[in-house]
Amino acid sequence: MRTFNWLRSSAATAVLGAALLGIFGGGEAAAQSKQLTLCWAAWDPANALVELGKDFTKQSGIEMKYEFVPWTSYADRFLNELNSHGKLCDLIIGDSQWIGGAAENKWYVKLNDFFDKEKISMDDFVPATVVGYSQWPKNSPNYWALPAMADAVGWTYRKDWFSRPEIQSAFKAKYGRDLVPPKTYDELKQIAEFFQGREIDGKKVYGAYIFTERGSEGITMGVTNVLYNYGFSYDNPKKSYQMQSFVNSADAVRGLEFYKQLYKCCTAPGMTNAYMQEGLDAFKSGQVAMQMNWFAFFPGLYKDPNVGGDKIGFFVNPAGPNGHFTQLGGQGISVVATSDRKDDALAYIKWFAQPAVQQKWWQLGGYSALKAVVDAPDFPKSAAFAPQFLESMGIVKDFWAEPSYAQLLLDMQKRVHDYVVADKGTAQQALDLLVKDWTKVFKEQGKQVASQ
Amino acid sequence: MAWLFVAPTIALLLAINIFPLVWMIRLSFTSLNLSMSYLPLRFVGLDNFTDILTDEDVWFRLQTTAQFVIWSVALQVVIGYGLALLINRQFRGHSFWTTIILLPMMLSPAVVGNFWTLLLQPQIGPFNYVISLFTGVPPSSFSMTGQVSLAPWTIVLVDTWMWAPYVMLICLAGLRSIPDYIYEAAEVDRASAWRQFWSITLPMTVPFLMLAVLFRAIENFKMFDMVNLLTSGGPGSTTELVSITLKRAAFEKWRTGYSSALAIILFVTVFGAANIYVKALNKVKQR
Repeated sequence: MRTFNWLRSSAATAVLGAALLGIFGGGEAAAQSKQLTLCWAAWDPANALVELGKDFTKQSGIEMKYEFVPWTSYADRFLNELNSHGKLCDLIIGDSQWIGGAAENKWYVKLNDFFDKEKISMDDFVPATVVGYSQWPKNSPNYWALPAMADAVGWTYRKDWFSRPEIQSAFKAKYGRDLVPPKTYDELKQIAEFFQGREIDGKKVYGAYIFTERGSEGITMGVTNVLYNYGFSYDNPKKSYQMQSFVNSADAVRGLEFYKQLYKCCTAPGMTNAYMQEGLDAFKSGQVAMQMNWFAFFPGLYKDPNVGGDKIGFFVNPAGPNGHFTQLGGQGISVVATSDRKDDALAYIKWFAQPAVQQKWWQLGGYSALKAVVDAPDFPKSAAFAPQFLESMGIVKDFWAEPSYAQLLLDMQKRVHDYVVADKGTAQQALDLLVKDWTKVFKEQGKQVASQ
Repeated sequence: MAWLFVAPTIALLLAINIFPLVWMIRLSFTSLNLSMSYLPLRFVGLDNFTDILTDEDVWFRLQTTAQFVIWSVALQVVIGYGLALLINRQFRGHSFWTTIILLPMMLSPAVVGNFWTLLLQPQIGPFNYVISLFTGVPPSSFSMTGQVSLAPWTIVLVDTWMWAPYVMLICLAGLRSIPDYIYEAAEVDRASAWRQFWSITLPMTVPFLMLAVLFRAIENFKMFDMVNLLTSGGPGSTTELVSITLKRAAFEKWRTGYSSALAIILFVTVFGAANIYVKALNKVKQR
């Protein structure tokens, strides 16, 4: 009995001791290990950021934790988090179009004072990225993010196919010109038609891969590359929110018709709901001659053992009859206003803005927006796609960045997909309906929308 | 003392059911948009309801949903009932085949959506190859999820594949509840198998069939996950069920007031239809 009592009291002492150790020991450990959570999308550059972040931990002692969400649910997940004033993220790399809503709703910490104090100048960054990722209202000196990941839509092509003598001669015989990466959308369509259904190495291949995804932002991020170059603009440059005759101008209608023609003539079967990943799969499996996608994926593609290296080439989004632009992608890094670790989060941004860190960011596979990196004389030679990236960043245009951007985006997704993929109505009707949808959204937002 | 015991349940019910419902009703009369929560909250009366009920798109989505519910439930009832009649007989491997037939309904809709997406892929998916084998149509010449004419049937097909076993299970319970002596009496009267089916089996299993229809119709009216994974509501808006419209309005466009009103309209519709149906079911049972 005595033995049993002794055992019982010993066990109780041990449990109590362990609990106390847990409380005090754990508390001490917590005090020692500071931690920051960074939220972003799950894609190639995120892996580069994890690698880069190890240097920050080494220098500051702050552990980095990451919350990466696939692109298809990235906006849903994090806008929900920001809307509900959650504390999951201390730092967030939010999409460029969120900036208006994030600033107006005070989801992000305004960074002007911090930039002044730490001598971080926005003049040191590529202008398009500052306007696109940091400023709200646009073109005003109000900064809510540091440009973190510069990105734009570009194109990859099968350089090895383009350079084959038999393919070159067949192309020249048919079109009377050399087979080279296209400079205009008409040229691109011609090349895509040429490759469509052609047999290469015993395998049927297709002309081009373009974005058609319905659920999130895919088809909009694809079609705008053509629309901008045909003459589409979001509103009257002289009168904000006047969309009639700009969104649905005759040129814009022709641009939308062209995108549909490209989709019908020259894409692989079943590409009715395809975005970034499907494009990568199509290109990596040797299915398409040309692929529209974000520059962010190009380092990974270049390293691909089957289609990378000498087999892959890159070109800038081709021009249209009325201009030469490309869709802006990319994101800025912001401090979440509800975070309990704002000081540490700002320390991360200060560290991230340093030229040496930005240089390493580019080397690891991220895209720096710092002029010191991208304007360096050796930058164009630093990667096979660097010259195209530089050129693209000079011609970018972005989607609406208004607080109501999600509504505007989903309306465009619906109208464009209805016309391009589902064959519903005409291009004119699709864009007219889009003007109607957007007018309603802006009116609900309290904006003055002029019809003419 | 009795109240003390039920109090936690009532408190829980109030907190997670009644309060959100009342709050949602309140929000449905406001202009709240969570992506623009800095704007003042306005009371808009019945504007949200008027907007929804006069919106052509919403009516299209309701039509799409109704067509999906009618076709999928009808097919599930026919196939499920047929399977139940087969499984009700005693044969070798009976248990094995019952388990195999029940497998699809044990899967998560997300898994079903994902693997059917692969099966239906025009270039690598086996579904198109099987169709091609029987019809001679080239496999990559059609896309089950990407063509306007095929996509609505695709979601009906996948839903039927998944849920016909569930209907079978309910019908099987009905078939097994029919006492043997009724069939024995019918055999004494020299009733044919066909006659036995029409006069005994079917009438006595109708309440079970109606129950299956009720369960499946309610479930399919709120169908979201599988369709969202298969088609995202596309091509265009061809397979955009009203639940997808609601999700987009509430959690992508953040139109909280509007989506609350839409949720109420849908709730009243399902609740009203289910009530009428249950009354009919009770009448059938009383016969």
